[in-house]
Amino acid sequence: MKLENISKYFYPVMGVVLVIFVWHIYVVGFDINPVVLPKPLLVLNIMIEERVLLLTEGWATFKECVYGFALALALGIPIAVALTSSKTLNLTFYPLLIGTQSVPKVAVAPIILVWFGLGFESKLVIAFLVAFFPIVIDTATGLRATPQELLDLAVSLRASRLQIFLKIQFPAALPFIFSGAKVAVTLAVIGAVIGEFIGATEGLGNLLLVANSQVDTPLAWASLVALSVLGMVMFAGVVAAERILMPWAEDH
Amino acid sequence: MVGDTCSFCELENVRKVFHRKNDEPLVAIDDVCCEIIEGELVSLLGPSGCGKTTLLRILAGLTPASDGTVRIRGKDINGPEPDFGIVFQTPNLMPWRTVLDNVLFPMEILKLKNGDARKRALDLLELVGLKGFEKVRPNQLSGGMQQRASLCRALIHKPSLLLMDEPFGALDELTRMEMNDLLLDIRRVTNATTVFVTHSITEAVYLSDQVLVFSTRPARVATRLRIDIPYPRSPELRYTEQFNKFEKLAGAALGVTR
Repeated sequence: MKLENISKYFYPVMGVVLVIFVWHIYVVGFDINPVVLPKPLLVLNIMIEERVLLLTEGWATFKECVYGFALALALGIPIAVALTSSKTLNLTFYPLLIGTQSVPKVAVAPIILVWFGLGFESKLVIAFLVAFFPIVIDTATGLRATPQELLDLAVSLRASRLQIFLKIQFPAALPFIFSGAKVAVTLAVIGAVIGEFIGATEGLGNLLLVANSQVDTPLAWASLVALSVLGMVMFAGVVAAERILMPWAEDH
Repeated sequence: MVGDTCSFCELENVRKVFHRKNDEPLVAIDDVCCEIIEGELVSLLGPSGCGKTTLLRILAGLTPASDGTVRIRGKDINGPEPDFGIVFQTPNLMPWRTVLDNVLFPMEILKLKNGDARKRALDLLELVGLKGFEKVRPNQLSGGMQQRASLCRALIHKPSLLLMDEPFGALDELTRMEMNDLLLDIRRVTNATTVFVTHSITEAVYLSDQVLVFSTRPARVATRLRIDIPYPRSPELRYTEQFNKFEKLAGAALGVTR
């Protein structure tokens, strides 16, 4: 048991260490120019030096992602419920949903910026737009995948539609909702960064662009690492919520 | 009414046709007539896919009959009656609920969940040998234990009719024999009228007052056997001449033996 716990952390850490080690050997061995690829140690130094800057910009991006993702959950789940509970709604809006979804978000981003400005709101909207789709699709799939026998059981007791939804369909769909949310949360980060790339005054994506334009490659790399940490933190948040809301799935 | 027996349920010329896309209609059940006496345990015995499950669903009010009448306690039924209990082929427990909460599910739907219901659930769980597992989640139980919990769920609201759809079909032979005895015990305690779907001849004869043997699709009642072996029945009964005689009769009706 204890050994298992150690290896649970040991192997992932070793994986990261291995990649950093190979990176270091490559830069030192081939004498790579730091403008092309800085040494990992240099990136770490910059991260420590510029920690305040990274944290402030990171906080801005983090807020854009969290709000965009939260909005995607708040609208995506009820929309999926509506689509699965009514054939008419589904026939009317599902093709529309797919149609709008097939427009690349990067192409829509400039328009969103025109509508919502250079600030926080436009990034939130883009993050929302990319996170929304997987949540709707996975929630709808989950709601449709309720075991028929459980529905039969409820119907045999003359359960109301609301009872069936709250006591059976929704909890049965939770694993699907969470797998959609895990995809959505990483997409939300991409969405926010796309928004910052198109035009922004703050955020890690903005910092990355500025650093790149000043050929400050180590700072660009530092922002990249910060973005990846941000993505992992958000993902871990969803996993933690899953553990709390679905304790029964732990045994698997 | 005949003597001290009272008819609980009558089926008259029940027929079920499934209309399929791009295919001719499938007659699942054709012209089934039968009568179930109050308190009786009746088995519907037949080959897999013959339509016995469909008949059970009609009784449960989950599938409407295409033709004929289903009368329960003298009333025509055309929808589910909340005072029926159903046990499905699979235990069908909700993984997000504890065993106790699974058992209490019908009481929640019927808005009867209270201290008494909880007490009854605990008693039932004890009766089926699941004392101490109340707070456990279903995926930590074996298949047989899950089916026991599902049996408790079907009994929690004191159903007047217990419908069982091959409930022990997925269990191993020893567990199945244990569950057969458990079912007979439960029945002695609850007195619920029971309809039991199975494809096992031995199981049908061992459990039932009456066995309705069905032909292959479309399901028709080929033979009615009244098993006049007194209860309580014990496992050794399976090896007696009297028991084997009934097995042979049922087998013959199914076309397995001559």
